[in-house]
Amino acid sequence: MDSFPHLLVCEHCDSVYTRRALRRGEVARCLRCDAVLERAQRLTIEAWFALSVAAALLFLLANVYPIVEIRLRGLAGEATLWAAVAALAASDAALFALPAGLAFIGIPLAQIVLLLWLLGFARRGRRAPGFAFGMRWLERLRPWSMAEVCLLGALVAITKLGGLLDVAAGPGLWALAGLTVLIIVVAGRDLRQLWQVGA
Amino acid sequence: MNAISTIPRADNLGLLACHTCGLACASRLASCPRCAAPLHRRKPGSTGRTVALLAAAAIFYVPSNLVPVMHTQTLGGGFESTILQGVGEFWRSGDWDIALIIFIASVVVPCAKFLVLGFLLLRARSGAEQQRRDRARLYRMVEFIGYWSMLDVVVVALLAAAVQFNQLSAVTPRPGIAFFGIVVVLTMLAVMSFDARTIWDEERRRGRR
Repeated sequence: MDSFPHLLVCEHCDSVYTRRALRRGEVARCLRCDAVLERAQRLTIEAWFALSVAAALLFLLANVYPIVEIRLRGLAGEATLWAAVAALAASDAALFALPAGLAFIGIPLAQIVLLLWLLGFARRGRRAPGFAFGMRWLERLRPWSMAEVCLLGALVAITKLGGLLDVAAGPGLWALAGLTVLIIVVAGRDLRQLWQVGA
Repeated sequence: MNAISTIPRADNLGLLACHTCGLACASRLASCPRCAAPLHRRKPGSTGRTVALLAAAAIFYVPSNLVPVMHTQTLGGGFESTILQGVGEFWRSGDWDIALIIFIASVVVPCAKFLVLGFLLLRARSGAEQQRRDRARLYRMVEFIGYWSMLDVVVVALLAAAVQFNQLSAVTPRPGIAFFGIVVVLTMLAVMSFDARTIWDEERRRGRR
């Protein structure tokens, strides 16, 4: 035998356990190192897919609409996520524009596209073409997806400008807030449960 | 012998867990039969890579704190500010909560990563069970705080995009912010290349992969 899907190995300390079905809300923790081994599946595939579609729409809104809007003596300014990355690219810090663009825009987008692809097939009980590739990349991309950092950064920027100028949260900020929550739910570690679909 | 030390470890059972999808695989396999990712008993060259990445991050950490991260142009003239000057500015203007958030994200988090990873590298494979468990928690903490240091990069980029009124008022990013971003990426890579399982490995295995 080459693989043992009925076993659960703690990725933080290598302890081996026999997997058992978890009831709703249950979390399996490693007895040796206390890391989370597995969480009970909270979402049906159908709900998961629906939330991913919602995430895609919010992503679109968060990128199209300004996140920060300001006014100064009749002049108006605004910043979208794109404009923020473009401002880096046009400055002395251009070196970091590409990594920032990936972390703030490219990687969340790639996560959503991969999820829609995999879940779109999974809801019909099938494995999407390139399933293993997609699952591998979702796992690799997760630590580099920084939508939630953008959200906190926008709030800090708004507060910073608040004392000097007339500043408001743009519609993009609300979309970003929703996106942050959804990405954590749909692209989290629970994703591994998809391996059981159509296996 | 207590109950916990009797829990088998994959290595002793001739098993290893796929780093990518988590599947328990036979140790003799070269790649995961489920997701096709390469399999390793431990992350290859974990200690060397972590040390190298951490050292590189420490080198970039110096300019990231000394070189200005942004230039602010106002009617009264322009000034450059480094990360710490930015924190000080918030503090003086009474926004102590924002000052604290930026200070934690930009100074405390990177320094915590240097200290914790350095400590874990020195003390891996030794100590009693409770100490090892504490170190495992410490590792998960630095893993969790990972990218929050990117906060300053977002703030500077958004300010620069929003405030563009020529002479009246303008914010421009300065190279310090790129150095700082590089530090964050390097420390994240260092944390990822450390293999938490070595915390639990026997001391006599030192040097063996």
